[in-house]
Amino acid sequence: MAHEVVLSDTRMSMFGMRVRIALAEKGIEYEYKEEDLANKSPLLLKMNPVYKKIPVLIHNGKPICESLIIVQYIDEVWKDKVPLLPSDPYQRSQARFWADYVDKKIYDGGNRILLTKGEEQEAAKKDFIECLKVLEGALGDKTYFGGDKLGFVDIALIPFYSWFYAYETCGNFSIEAECPKLISWAKRCMEKESVSKSLAHPHKVNDYILQLKKKYGVE
Amino acid sequence: MATGDVKLLGAGASPYVNRVQIALNIKSENYEFLEEKLGSKSELLLKSNPIHKKIPVLIHDDKPICESLVIVQYIDDVWTSGPSILPSDPYDRAIARFWAAYVDDKWYPLMKELWMAEGEEARAAAIEKIGEGLVVLEEAFVKCSKGKAFFGGDSIGFLDIAFGSFLGWLKVTEKMGEMQLLSEAKTPNLVEWAERFCCDDAVKDVFPKTEKLIEIFKIMQARAKAPPSN
Repeated sequence: MAHEVVLSDTRMSMFGMRVRIALAEKGIEYEYKEEDLANKSPLLLKMNPVYKKIPVLIHNGKPICESLIIVQYIDEVWKDKVPLLPSDPYQRSQARFWADYVDKKIYDGGNRILLTKGEEQEAAKKDFIECLKVLEGALGDKTYFGGDKLGFVDIALIPFYSWFYAYETCGNFSIEAECPKLISWAKRCMEKESVSKSLAHPHKVNDYILQLKKKYGVE
Repeated sequence: MATGDVKLLGAGASPYVNRVQIALNIKSENYEFLEEKLGSKSELLLKSNPIHKKIPVLIHDDKPICESLVIVQYIDDVWTSGPSILPSDPYDRAIARFWAAYVDDKWYPLMKELWMAEGEEARAAAIEKIGEGLVVLEEAFVKCSKGKAFFGGDSIGFLDIAFGSFLGWLKVTEKMGEMQLLSEAKTPNLVEWAERFCCDDAVKDVFPKTEKLIEIFKIMQARAKAPPSN
């Protein structure tokens, strides 16, 4: 029954995209609830009182918060289909390590590009590219971070691809020029329906950011 | 059952390292402790953790695993014959992970804010926020423990380790600031839990003595406030 699984989310959120991809990979039906972050619903405030943030997965009435925790939950509950984490403990630890690296570096790194100018922005771009290159190193010659199949780290990182156009436009640089291997990986991921249907369109993300900047008076 | 060469790169004063020690103790797993000196990073550390260059690093059969909570989960995944560290139910696991992340991302940074605070107002503000966080964790304890001794139930689990590892430094902060952060009045369950946690067989020999931690704290504070050398 679809209403057993509810996702409280916003279309543009890269964290929400992670959960959408995981649900799609597992073929799980769910009810999608779009939140207005300027006017948070009572449901969201009740289900995530600590952070009041999306995404929140509500399974049989019980909330699970924090995108990577939700993805692991989905993997553990619907364990008979399409494993998202490796079965080998060492490989699993590496997947967790790299997903944690994405969490530590990419969101804040991208935000710095969007919110700064001049020298500060140049430094932000340099740092961001460095982090992407580290991730390229971790990918190596594999098709996906997960090996032959899309895995935990792919799911953690690919949503940011929908924000790359916005970072590039704001920062006036090309990520593909610096990290061609990563962009090739991203395009491979986008060939999967679970990914292409879950990610927001890059131009819409860019418009959204421009709107937010205008609303908050940020240049 | 997994056997093999287990080394832990770390420093006894680091709560992140303590997490790994506690996890290995729960599994009754022997390991070689390679002590990193305060203020310097060994070749082995730089080679094993080139990305973050931080302790702890677990080296199992020459393969490095980094990030304390990733290591603890690895230990739980490998040494399956010992007591479980993560709950078996996926929902309980998600809740344990959620609160462990809260401790790391929200609560512990408040402690660092307090240590760096200059002036009474800043100190008071930090203490208040820490107290509020502890009340949130007190509520979490009541829900997670379901009337039992630990967050993990009858025995120490993932969240006990994640949060409990900071108790050594919490005591130092209380002693040096001559105040109570964990109080009977506001967080009675946590006060009792903290005592049980520190007395547990897997934990009791792990934390350095409070006096030793105070010494280290003073050295680190002096370094943080020293003018940068040219």
